[in-house]
Amino acid sequence: METPQQIRDRIVGAVAGLQVECLPNGAPAGVPSLLVGRSCFREVAIFLRDDPQLRLDYCSNVTGVDWPERTEKFKVRRQVGEVEKDVEESRVIPGCLEVVYHLYSMSLKHGPLVIRVRTGDRSADVSVPSLTPVWRACELQEREVFDLFGVHFDGHPDLRRILMWDGFVDHPMRRDYVEPDDYDYEPTPHDHVLDRALARAKPGEAGCGSGAR
Amino acid sequence: MMVTQRSSDEWDRPAPVAGSYAFVVGDDPEDPGSLLEVSMGPQHPSTHGVFRMDVVLDGETVVKLKPVFGYLHRNHEKIAENISYLGSMPYTDRLDYFCSLTNNWAYALAVEKLAGISVPERAEYLRVILSELTRLQNHVCLAGFLAQDMGASGTPLMYGFREREKILDLFESLTGARMMCNYMRFGGCRCDTPPGWLDEARAVVDSFPRFLHEFENLLSSNEILMSRTQGIGVLGKDLAVGAGITGPCLRAAGVDYDIRKVDGYGIYPRFQFRVPLGEHGDTYDRYMMRILEMHESLGILKQALDGIPEGPIIDPKAKLRGFRPKAGESYGRIEAPKGELGFYLISDGSPSPYRYRVRPPSLVNLTVLEDLCVGHNVADTVIILGSIDIVLGEVDR
Repeated sequence: METPQQIRDRIVGAVAGLQVECLPNGAPAGVPSLLVGRSCFREVAIFLRDDPQLRLDYCSNVTGVDWPERTEKFKVRRQVGEVEKDVEESRVIPGCLEVVYHLYSMSLKHGPLVIRVRTGDRSADVSVPSLTPVWRACELQEREVFDLFGVHFDGHPDLRRILMWDGFVDHPMRRDYVEPDDYDYEPTPHDHVLDRALARAKPGEAGCGSGAR
Repeated sequence: MMVTQRSSDEWDRPAPVAGSYAFVVGDDPEDPGSLLEVSMGPQHPSTHGVFRMDVVLDGETVVKLKPVFGYLHRNHEKIAENISYLGSMPYTDRLDYFCSLTNNWAYALAVEKLAGISVPERAEYLRVILSELTRLQNHVCLAGFLAQDMGASGTPLMYGFREREKILDLFESLTGARMMCNYMRFGGCRCDTPPGWLDEARAVVDSFPRFLHEFENLLSSNEILMSRTQGIGVLGKDLAVGAGITGPCLRAAGVDYDIRKVDGYGIYPRFQFRVPLGEHGDTYDRYMMRILEMHESLGILKQALDGIPEGPIIDPKAKLRGFRPKAGESYGRIEAPKGELGFYLISDGSPSPYRYRVRPPSLVNLTVLEDLCVGHNVADTVIILGSIDIVLGEVDR
């Protein structure tokens, strides 16, 4: 298979106006990944699936990564008064949620190609295009990213919580998630039965009320 | 002779009570109550764990099916992101608790890729031996459970469990635990084999074909098994590839994709084995894939047990404590008995992974459950689910 950089050049050459960037990977023998702009994400995915040289027909892994806002410190050489000095400066890198897809080809038996897409602001602008219409393999995994990270996938046919229960409000895989103090309460389909039992129980009776717990 | 049918109304008993335990969803005025929504599970014994299927039925026929899960969710990934790299090795045992050794290998492979660690020869051989033994005991249990789901109550399952126990005894004498083995380490394995272990393993491998022959005699051409599985739950090639199905379910649909061949991880390229492929993609083919894969696994085991060299079992340069890989990311995947098991890791240079992700084959294989079941009877959903082979410890994580 071509290198990610060659693929990137070919995508940009084939269709004008696509934003694709090649990101380095620090691991030994690690392959670089392609960061694709949100607006053209599905277009790029369809290109990768249908291109005769690539034919990436199998989307293996879909996952989210949370990057909270952070300040990066770095040193610059600056003229301070008369002398030139190393000055420490900092810049703020805005936070985002990232969705990573690992693509392989079952027909040509090559891969992986890693593509990633980033949302805007982590609290308000969390939608990216869904790739479930391109590869059905994304269906349950995108639901999981929605559930645990809170990324909204536009165009997903059935975007519901998958591992947490429906009434749950937060997204536990985010870095700033705070666990509740009390795990006792979890809604069940039998809640109304419990309520009735509690209402009927006399205080202090075994099995119901606060005394028994 | 005319037989007069007796009405059941003649008996003296209390008047019928209105309403059904199942939730009626159909509001067809011609045929009220024609569609029933039934919740199968989460405590149903045929769902192999705490798994629920919301099934909409027209009589006995499935119209719609939604899998519901998450009852065993403990956020494995979050826990792993808060402890050291080595710390989550024992926890990977609990993902697919039937196949702890293949889980260990997938995780070790991802970390080895992330940090560029090499594995000594003997450890590679041990890994292959253990993961093929794991495949044997997983498949033999699956075939037993599948027969159990069809009503062959007990016998085939107990035969399977008898053989599995021999393999688990091998695991126990090598790793100290039957199921939660926690055996592999980054750069090798935890300890060397006890004296005589390889001979015991060879004895188990040599006696296995006799059992397999007996098991096949009992089941493979059994009329009930064939009529309950052939043509049931057909999975097409295109759907299987598009939906990311992996493992025996994919190969039953006729797609030649085995990660042991494609990636050639570990030392698999050294071994001679074939990849069995199905033609029809139905439940029978999925059952047969497991049987045929067991034969191939036995072949690999024989070659590995003959070829295993002496030597160290862990790379002396591999650091277990205070392990901090450089910033970067890696994706390691193996052919686990249930399909492609992958681990995706992002390191930021700290002692715990910044992102730790498990790609569970059981979860992704559930994508097509509805497609396979619609149009079949309720009783068939149980068999189709059994033939997909899920473990809820891995689906829910």
